[in-house]
Order: sequence, then structure tokens, then C-alpha cells
Amino acid sequence: MHNPQLNKNGELQHLLTIEGLPKAIINHILDTASSFVSISDREVKKVPLMRGKSVFNLFFENSTRTRTTFEIASKRLSADVINLNIAASSTSKGESLLDTIDNLSAMHADMFVVRHAQSGAPYLIAKHLNDTKQNHVHVVNAGDGRHAHPTQGLLDMYTIRHYKKDFTNLRVAIVGDILHSRVARSDIHALTTLGVPEVRAIGPHTLLPGGLEQMGVRVFTNMDEGLKDVDVIIMLRLQNERMSGALLPSAGEYFKSYGLTPERLALAKPDAIVMHPGPMNRGVEIDSAVADGAQAVILPQVTFGIAVRMAVMSILAGSHT
Amino acid sequence: MPTHINDADGLDAEALYRDLLAQVRAGLAGVQDAAIVGIHSGGAWLAERLAADLGLQSRLGFIDVSFYRDDYARKGLHPDVKPTRIEFNVDGATIVLVDDVLYTGRTVRAAINVLFDYGRPQRIMLAALADRGGRELPVAADFVGAHAQLAPGRSLALARAADGQLSLTIEDDNA
Repeated sequence: MHNPQLNKNGELQHLLTIEGLPKAIINHILDTASSFVSISDREVKKVPLMRGKSVFNLFFENSTRTRTTFEIASKRLSADVINLNIAASSTSKGESLLDTIDNLSAMHADMFVVRHAQSGAPYLIAKHLNDTKQNHVHVVNAGDGRHAHPTQGLLDMYTIRHYKKDFTNLRVAIVGDILHSRVARSDIHALTTLGVPEVRAIGPHTLLPGGLEQMGVRVFTNMDEGLKDVDVIIMLRLQNERMSGALLPSAGEYFKSYGLTPERLALAKPDAIVMHPGPMNRGVEIDSAVADGAQAVILPQVTFGIAVRMAVMSILAGSHT
Repeated sequence: MPTHINDADGLDAEALYRDLLAQVRAGLAGVQDAAIVGIHSGGAWLAERLAADLGLQSRLGFIDVSFYRDDYARKGLHPDVKPTRIEFNVDGATIVLVDDVLYTGRTVRAAINVLFDYGRPQRIMLAALADRGGRELPVAADFVGAHAQLAPGRSLALARAADGQLSLTIEDDNA
């Protein structure tokens, strides 16, 4: 089947999901990102690549952090960024998603960065742009429903590569609410594509989706067993809104079984790194001593995230139509 | 004096380099805050050699112009971007920018823009192992190893062997 993210020449035209993305493209993004990292240390923190391009941030679901990092990345590429306040805009007056897109395209948008609670919304927009011969406009998925968060997955890979160099001898554990996490899904696809031999998922039965084993993932409901000898621990945010359902007894109970404490961290390899996509709930999924400890690379993740988003946007904007 | 070469001549890159080194050494005599910056990839190899031979290893930098190219809209991002690394203070420095082959001048234009995003140099000079003419911008080299005449559609390529030896060959652009 034709991969809707790629154009006829096999170049990345939209970034919708890591699933099915060729390893060479993932490596190209990570290599390009490494050249963008140093730009943030310069006197002029900008390159002229996307001068004169307009990037529209369409956040149908709130996320201040992700929107801000995309905004900074766009500005460091010299693009003009327009943040749409969706809640106060036409959508709330009943305009359809694709009508909104057509109107913004008529304002000569070059790129849409889309966050949507509905899985598949960025794909729908990309398909519409291609079907209506507007394929000079690019779409970046900034998180759709439970489906995918590809730039988070890529920045996680960048972080792992930065600290561990080689993917092919790693044990990586993803801990927490895998069921509702688009980050977990994107990470699993990326880790598998990059040749990580052992990916583990750790969480309570109620927060583990079916089909993990078929994706090549080892499943653990006991955290102590799951953390043994891992090189990388990716903690997920426990989404507070899940507490109201019957999925979990309480935040305190959760921390007792699945919170990352210094004692539990000691079960992993001594040089294991601890990652978290943010925002963190201290005392719910992660102990402050770990979050602020020497093995945490949570803030470097944020820094690398800018460079990775710059790489994605500059590769998309440079692809041929 | 720069050597004149054309398609038929044998190209001794090492001899051209020695000539270039002598010119740069004379050009930098008495200059304060000199620095060497090579343009990836060929210019970076030359810059490494120049910095070592001139005792300027602590004042050596590298530039990849991919983020500043004027053909990004047409050609997209170069598939193999190398990190730009300039760790000395650019403000007030006299910088010898080094490229292997000087042609249209567009790469040099981009490289100068990169330098200015790091600070305000006192002066930028340009060194090239070979100048093949065909300028499309008002750019001129201060130090040149050789002037080359090439047919359109052909290009000069610098290569570096495992032992560091440099060699120049003439290639077909479409090959």
C-alpha cells in the first residue's frame, strides 16, 4: 500500500506516524536534528531555511508545551508562525475541519501542525490536501487521540541515541498508561524499526492494550521484574482523567505499584537513563528524587525536541511536490 | 603564483596545497586573532591541514552551509548535513574561509552568512584549492592554488585518502 506520508519520490511529505516509516528516513531526521542542536547555542538562534513560509499551529486539543516547542522550532527556522485559538474560532461555530483547512490554505499556509483528540485527524487533513491538489502544503501530526505522537517518538529516539549511541544492544522499558498513550505507540514503532532487540511494557492489566506481544513487546505487570537490567526507562504520564473511571484505585495505590522510586531504579542497569514526555506528576508515576536525579534526562529531552522538530519541518518543507 | 590547469593536465592536489599554504601563511603574517574555517567536506579537510601547519588548531572551525543555501526551495534539504562547529570567538577575528573548489560563489555567500550569525568578524578572507571561474556573485578568492578551466557539466572533486593524502579528479556532473 502507498504510504500516505511519502510523495512519489519516496520523500517525506507529511509526518503522520512512525509506523511504517523507513529506517533511513528516521535516521535522516535524527542526523539532521544533530546539526540543529548547536544553533540554539549561537548568538543568532536562527537559520534562514523557512524564511517566508507560514506555519499554522492547529491545536484542537490543548498542549501548551508541544505548541510552544513547535512555535520555537518554526521561529528558529525563520518561518512565520500563526497560532490559532481553535476554541474561540470558527470550529466552535460549526465549521467543519476540512473547511477550516481550505480557508487557511487560501491564506497561503505552507504547513499545518495539528493536534487533535480524534485519532486520524491529521491523516484526514493530509489526504484532503493531496486529493485537492494542494500537496505543496505539509502536515505534521503533533498528537492525535490515542494513535500517534511522532515528533515525541523521534525526540525520544534522539535522546536514546545521544546517551546510548547504539540501538541494537538495548533493553528499553515503557512504564505506565500504555493503553491511552500515543507516545508509547510511537516509541514502540520507532524502537522496533531502529533495531532495539527488547522492548518492554510495564503497567497494570487495565492500562495495557491487547496486541502488545504481536508488536514484539514483552509485557510485565510487576514493575520490579520489568525494570531488571534495562538500559532505558520511559515513564508515561498517568492521565488524571483516567482516575475517574474504574481503571485505577487511586494515585497513591498506583505509586505504590508503578511509581519510579530510587529503590526501583536501582534494579535497572547502573547507567540506565530515565525519560518522561512531560508533564510529570511527581509522587504519582515518578519520585522527585528520581526526576531530579543524575539518571534523569527529562530536560535534555525538551531541548532535543526543538532540534528534532526543526529537522522534521525543514525536511518536509524541502520535499518536492 | 597559482598554477593554470585544464582538463588534460594531471592535478597534483598536494603540490597545490603547498602553494596555498605558503600564500595563506604570508597573508596572515602579523595578523592578530587569525582563525581558519573550512566548508564541508573538502574545505574542512583543507582547513584541518592549514590549521595544523599554521599552529591554529585552537582557532579551527567547520561550516555546513545546508541551512543557508539559496536552492533549498528547489532542491530541498541536503541529505547529509554535517554539524557546523565554531568554538572560537568570531567577534573581531580575521577568518580565512576555506573551500576546495570556487565556482559560482553561492556556497561562499552562504558561508559568510553563517559566520555572521556567530558574531562580527574583523575580516573574512577566502582560500580555495582551485578556482574554476563561472562566478554568479561578486566573490573573489584571496588565496588560490590553481585556476582551472573546465567544460560545463564537469566538476572538480577533492578526495582524501585514509593516510590524509589529497587528490583532485575531474568528474562528469551526471555520472
